[in-house]
Amino acid sequence: MRRQVLSTSISVGIATGLYGISFGAIGVAAGLDVLPVMLLSLLMFSGASQFAFVGVVAAGGLPLTAITSAWLMGIRNSFYAMRLTSEFGPRGLIRLLYAQLTIDESNAVSAAQEGKQNQKLGFWATGAAVFVFWNLATLIGALAGNLMGSIEQWGLDGAAAAAFLGLLWPRLKNQFPLAIAGFAVALVSYPFLPAGVPILLAATVALVPWRAKK
Amino acid sequence: MIWTVIAASLAVYSWKILGYLVPEKMITPGFRDFADRVTVALLAALVAIQGFSLSESITLDARAVALGVAALMLWLRAPYILVVAAGALVTAGLRFLGF
Repeated sequence: MRRQVLSTSISVGIATGLYGISFGAIGVAAGLDVLPVMLLSLLMFSGASQFAFVGVVAAGGLPLTAITSAWLMGIRNSFYAMRLTSEFGPRGLIRLLYAQLTIDESNAVSAAQEGKQNQKLGFWATGAAVFVFWNLATLIGALAGNLMGSIEQWGLDGAAAAAFLGLLWPRLKNQFPLAIAGFAVALVSYPFLPAGVPILLAATVALVPWRAKK
Repeated sequence: MIWTVIAASLAVYSWKILGYLVPEKMITPGFRDFADRVTVALLAALVAIQGFSLSESITLDARAVALGVAALMLWLRAPYILVVAAGALVTAGLRFLGF
């Protein structure tokens, strides 16, 4: 049983890690050096927030806009953290480490296990595996991206668009009208607003209480 | 840029640590739904900007085709990494052909 949990954790770590290559490449394509791209993977360690950050930077947005986009994208980690608190109730400084490894994957693998011990193992093993592979892959992607030159020639801008669509996809089924609204607001306001701002404006459609299909 | 990255990382971390510090009952289901909606709206906006923006206007180019191919692959349940790779391949390929 423990072995099964570990093998799931490592598979998820490798699968997720692989697309760290695209993050690294897209990060340097956005005009960031290798060091800040690596710091994003090491410190921010939250894929969607990292992609949002470099997306705004690539579009020429202000630092504050990039920070706000990344911040808003990270909101769901709070709910994973609350779920994990109610499961394991960690106390003291260990919570700092719990928090850093609280991401989509560690929460999902943990939730899928049976029994407290396996759930805990699933959380730590997946968090650690994703952290290691994600950072290794980011480094590879950033170094390779640096060698490749023009992002348009390699279609990395198209890869980034596909990457966001892939993250959105599992949520489309329940939230289709909301997604269309966010998409439309960003697109329509784009020619009239400073870079990055249309993304934040689109976030305000979330204030409308669209009912999610269950 | 380093400081912007560090500030943004702290901002993202604030959500994570908050979840371990705030008593669960302070968070209403309504707020939880709102958080889900923010994620969806942001991702949809990022698809729009990344796929259709061109300096100061919007446009249809190779990326739109790449998004179509990506959507088809996602619908067929292709692995995420292949979808991203196809996004690059289709975009680069069409540009190479002069579109």
